[in-house]
Amino acid sequence: MDFLKLPILGLVVLAAAYAADQGNDLAFRIHGLLIMLIAAGLFIWELRRMGDARAPVDTSGYMDDVIRAGVIATAFWGVAGFLVGVFIAFQLAFPQLNFDWGQPFTNFGRLRPLHTSAVIFAFGGNALIATSFYVVQRTSRVRLWGGNLSWFVFWGYQIFIVLAATGYLLGATQSKEYAEPEWYVDIWLTIVWVAYLLVFLGTIMVRKEKHIYVANWFFLSFIVTVAMLHVVNNLAIPVSIWGSKSVQVFAGVQDAMTQWWYGHNAVGFFLTAGFLGMMYYFVPKQAGRPVYSYRLSIIHFWALIFLYIWAGPHHLHYTALPDWASTLGMVFSVILWMPSWGGMINGLMTLNGAWDKIRTDPIIRMFVISLAFYGMSTFEGPMMSIRAVNSLSHYTDWTIGHVHSGALGWNGMIVFACIYFLTPKLWGRDKMYSMAAINWHFWLATIGIVLYAASMWVTGIMEGLMWREVDDQGFLVNSFADTVSAKFPMYVVRGCGGILYLTGALLMCWNMYKTIRGHAPVTQPVSQITTPV
Amino acid sequence: MDTYTLLRAFADSWFLLAMFGFFLSVVIWAFLPSQRAAREDAAGIPFREDDDGCSNDCDTCACKTDFLKETQNG
Repeated sequence: MDFLKLPILGLVVLAAAYAADQGNDLAFRIHGLLIMLIAAGLFIWELRRMGDARAPVDTSGYMDDVIRAGVIATAFWGVAGFLVGVFIAFQLAFPQLNFDWGQPFTNFGRLRPLHTSAVIFAFGGNALIATSFYVVQRTSRVRLWGGNLSWFVFWGYQIFIVLAATGYLLGATQSKEYAEPEWYVDIWLTIVWVAYLLVFLGTIMVRKEKHIYVANWFFLSFIVTVAMLHVVNNLAIPVSIWGSKSVQVFAGVQDAMTQWWYGHNAVGFFLTAGFLGMMYYFVPKQAGRPVYSYRLSIIHFWALIFLYIWAGPHHLHYTALPDWASTLGMVFSVILWMPSWGGMINGLMTLNGAWDKIRTDPIIRMFVISLAFYGMSTFEGPMMSIRAVNSLSHYTDWTIGHVHSGALGWNGMIVFACIYFLTPKLWGRDKMYSMAAINWHFWLATIGIVLYAASMWVTGIMEGLMWREVDDQGFLVNSFADTVSAKFPMYVVRGCGGILYLTGALLMCWNMYKTIRGHAPVTQPVSQITTPV
Repeated sequence: MDTYTLLRAFADSWFLLAMFGFFLSVVIWAFLPSQRAAREDAAGIPFREDDDGCSNDCDTCACKTDFLKETQNG
């Protein structure tokens, strides 16, 4: 096996070197260089340890090394993604931040997909991989299946992130929202994702528990559905095998429909089903009591699976898409409100009888606020999918506010809570280094989200109303530039909300560092008053 | 009949019925009294770990992870 690795890596180095030299565009050539360096490094590493006796791996316990790496990667990509988000928020408020010297690499158009992919796929994706590996081992009571295959999933996914992110900056994009990476990056992700599915499914297959715990259903549906969505939405033919440009197989309204079938289910299965998997394990675990209703969790799962997949067309109201299709999407989106709230209630009611923990336990408080934001955004979403509401909200910042109340509130907060749960466990510490810092993080993030969402509601509805305002002659009252200048104060508020959220995440990183390095907080006993004799 | 029309007719008749039937049977299954023990067993899975016994909420935990009790000021 080892003798096979060297020639394969050698061939990859050669092919990548050719791509770096002969590639048709800048992004492809730099990616060739990057792959060449990675493969050459692996080649030398393999060569140096060739024939060495390997220490046998202890396979008696859970495989937690890859999860430790995943938790650190989650925090790292989170901060990176939030930082880019804050920067582009201020670029919108102050266009001078699109520096002349940085063009075209640092303009808003190229940084925006970098931000969305960094927070969704790098931060969220790493959190999903790490927590799903943690949960599937604990609830199946077996070690992760497939040996080092989980390390391939971890590193392969990081390579995907780096290729995607550098590609955006260098101008390689297929212009599909949340599916911007070009064809070769898509193929690589498909390989990594199949490996992920194998590790997860393999672990479930060899489980020692009779039942498959409900969290694993959610994780599995997320992995399977994302595989399907990714493959179908990225059906494209490369213009040349030595260039990054590709042409979509679908065209026109079919392409738009496929894109939003993908786009909305990326929200539904990546950002919802997968994160519900976290919720169904970590909330009961932290609360110390089983989920409120296992029966409800079964219905929640199947209703979510059956409904979400149809909701995509609500992104295409008033377009070339046939009315019946967008009405279908709208109706299913509204029905979807019910299972979403069923899940939220199931999570919140798990605390039944332990409500005092919201006051005393900062981690539980983070879970609760994340579920509260899940509830809010899953009410707001169906409402915005209604055609009449959408005619006001679409193309405005209301949409951005909605997305961020879900992403910062639901996804971000639950990941922070999981990190605070996992870090002491994975590194064998009693607890996080600083409880006060968790409380600070909680309030910084919460106030940040409130500033963000509130300013985007105001600016979004204002913008929508200004666009449709007509005078008594039937002429539009405002030009587009009028709306842009009217939005300035809200853009500044939004950026400030982002700074608060980023500060909270930095505080978390400091807290993680202190916990992992094992610094124990020093406490001095309260000096006793010596009672006079 | 061309493929699109054929598939379209199948999708919004028999297949719709099959999916709805599947969903209904799942809901019925979720309410079956005979499955109560299985549901309770499954709900307890997260608390049956071999490794730690530290659910952050137990008095007998070997590792005493219940930091909440420690942080409460007397």
